[in-house]
Amino acid sequence: MNEQRTPVIRLKGITKRFGNKVLANDNISMDVLDGEVLALLGENGSGKTTLLNMLSGIYYPDSGEIYVRGRHVSIKSPHDAYALGICMIHQHFKLVDVFTATENVVLGLKEKGGFDLKAAAKRIRDICEEYGFDVDPDQKVYDMTVSQKQTLEIVKALYRGAEILILDEPTAVLTPQETEKLFSVIRNMQAAGKTIIIITHKLQEVLAISDRVAILRKGEYIATVKTSEATVASLTEMMVGKKVELNIDRPEVKDRSLRLKVSGLSCKNADNIEVLKNVSFEAYSGEILGIAGISGCGQKELLEAIAGLQHVEPGAEITYTHPSGETETLIGKSPKQIRKMGVSLSFVPEDRLGMGLVGGMGMVDNMLLKDYNRGSSPLTDKKPSKELAERIRDELGVVTPSISTPVRTLSGGNVQKVLVGRELASAPTVLMTAYAVRGLDINTSYVIYDLLNEQKQKGVAVIFVGEELDVLLALSDRILVLCGGHISGVLDARTATKEQVGYLMTNLPDAKEGGDADDSQEK
Amino acid sequence: MILYWIQKAIAFAAFIALAAMGELLTEKSGGLNLGTPGTMCVGAAAGFIAAFRYCSAVENPSFIMILLLTLLTAFAASALMGLIYSFFTVTMRINQNVVGLVLTILGCGLAEFLSIFFIKSESGNVRCDSANTVFTARIPFLSEKLGVVSDLLFGYGFMLYFTIALAIILTIVFNKSRVGLNLRAVGESPSTADAAGINVTRYKYVAACVGSGITGLAGVYCVMEFKSGAWATADLITIQAFGWLAVALVIFSFWKPLNLLWGSLIFGIFYWGYLYIPELLGVELSTDLTQMLPYIITIVVLIIVSFRKKKENLGPASLGVTYFREER
Repeated sequence: MNEQRTPVIRLKGITKRFGNKVLANDNISMDVLDGEVLALLGENGSGKTTLLNMLSGIYYPDSGEIYVRGRHVSIKSPHDAYALGICMIHQHFKLVDVFTATENVVLGLKEKGGFDLKAAAKRIRDICEEYGFDVDPDQKVYDMTVSQKQTLEIVKALYRGAEILILDEPTAVLTPQETEKLFSVIRNMQAAGKTIIIITHKLQEVLAISDRVAILRKGEYIATVKTSEATVASLTEMMVGKKVELNIDRPEVKDRSLRLKVSGLSCKNADNIEVLKNVSFEAYSGEILGIAGISGCGQKELLEAIAGLQHVEPGAEITYTHPSGETETLIGKSPKQIRKMGVSLSFVPEDRLGMGLVGGMGMVDNMLLKDYNRGSSPLTDKKPSKELAERIRDELGVVTPSISTPVRTLSGGNVQKVLVGRELASAPTVLMTAYAVRGLDINTSYVIYDLLNEQKQKGVAVIFVGEELDVLLALSDRILVLCGGHISGVLDARTATKEQVGYLMTNLPDAKEGGDADDSQEK
Repeated sequence: MILYWIQKAIAFAAFIALAAMGELLTEKSGGLNLGTPGTMCVGAAAGFIAAFRYCSAVENPSFIMILLLTLLTAFAASALMGLIYSFFTVTMRINQNVVGLVLTILGCGLAEFLSIFFIKSESGNVRCDSANTVFTARIPFLSEKLGVVSDLLFGYGFMLYFTIALAIILTIVFNKSRVGLNLRAVGESPSTADAAGINVTRYKYVAACVGSGITGLAGVYCVMEFKSGAWATADLITIQAFGWLAVALVIFSFWKPLNLLWGSLIFGIFYWGYLYIPELLGVELSTDLTQMLPYIITIVVLIIVSFRKKKENLGPASLGVTYFREER
């Protein structure tokens, strides 16, 4: 690396508050060098996105100065940012679904001359050729995959002559293969002289792609280090402020007995496309069954089918074995009956609040949601719910002004703690949890892992749908891999390798009939 | 007879379509303006008052002046309604449905008050015949010499052709221009538009004000032609009902201006159906039943519409949603 590189962006004493309480960025000063890939690392809520939103003109700093190429600038709107060659690609894509790729690219531009979509489409093709993108200018955005949408966002930025690209957690929604493709695109852009800033909390990716790493912690700037001189341990320490044990516990399985048996399960989604095909597996008490798969491969439907929330195709059997040894079928039972039997589902959707919690209600009322009909009185009894809310707040360390504050105003991690905490409180015998640590920082993730292990040792059959393979391999006892709605394999997590799981996530074993390849294309 | 039926239907359809076009423009920017009925009333009252006062004040009122005064006053007064709507929904970020309904109530009351205050007639029923003459003026030659074609295509006042032209202009603006692309983006996803550097607030304000203005023109059009230039405060109820029809028509049209034209024609045909259908079928039908037809059609269409899956036909994605940039 060339030491003489000039800073292309210099931030001086940037401070941003939301309301009176939340100090999102506190007096941050840092440099971004010309032509580098800078990773901005920090836990959830450390102010990474807020800081860069001020560069892209979405927010305006309360105090502090921004210099671009040595010039003091005031970025009041995204337009100002474009004029300076700064373009941010947000975590939630800023694309209009019903527009074509071209329409999205030219949106908001004030080009000279007539309004010519054909000429724009041609320029988009040129850009794609130059950098090796794969974008069809006439495709509607709602027909695109997540990865295609992301590529379109990058094309949009380049079309506008961006010199500095900011990517907000770009890999959060990508498969490992798509991530690799994104990294090669980033390298191409760097080779073409662009400066790239990546916001992330995935350490492996930081090490894989960046030249330098800047670390934020709780709104404060900690340091910038060269990636070549950093290790996972050193970065984690700077990020969280203290050493975090990177090893996840995996207690030995005790008293393993059959709890749930699923066979021949098929489900269709709203568009009548089969999303689960002939799935059969068993879950045992005292073990954690990890479920791996690219997102949208039937994980949601699988859990919902067991919880009674999803219509299943005829021919399926889901049998629950009580700890006493009696067996009972779950098909045809209402979600409430299934819950009563001890099968609990905590699904953390992408927006966290969408399913499970009511944003406008406080913790207490949300606790009440799942057992409003306890007792015979027509009025609800809030006392147990209040106690439960207090217990969850104290045990899981939920940061909230009060237990009756609407959960919508809590940060994502805290919302998840409330959700998972409530599910655990019902003392389930089968605990299903999906994406329990999605978007959580390391500390909070470990709290959740410990909770799951605790349940496992209590003899609960835990079904854990996860995203990060490392975590799945470290936490689970067995891993079930889904690929396009099929089970492509069940592995022993103690001996399986990441490559094995990754392969199964994208390929079905050869033993399956040839038609499967086409089926998985429907996604 | 069918010819009369179609003629009447077209005359009816024209101002409903015009009112709906104003609402459609607002909705394209993401604003669901339920104040449409009230805006129509205000436009009608303001336009009529202007014409009436001018005609009573001047010996020989000039037709051009009547036209300009009526249309400009109607447009300005109802655009002001749009301004109130935008101020509360965009700047103050108050729920659009609430503001819209309040504007409907306010608009109807205001129209009644203004007309009583400015017209000062004992009976509350007055006429402005010269204005009616202007609005019903036919195109010379074309409307006389072509027989059936004249009656069917050219037997109407200029506002019909204005409405058709506006539908074509709006279609071109929405689909072929940069402004239209930006406007649609604001209605689909304001945060996207914002990030793309589009002034979301300005688009929403302008769309709502111009949209309301157009809706107001439809109001005065209704009074001057459909009601033959007669003003009666009791008619405000009818105008209000037409306003709701216009709101429904926007959904009916899949948010496409050209669809408004034939959509409103269907409404028009069924609206007058009670006069002709029993005779055509040769059966006795209760007028009350046949007068329900347009509303039954509305319900049926809304049910069919709700089955549509194609995203383009579902209307602006952020319709009715208040946009706040710094919301986290």
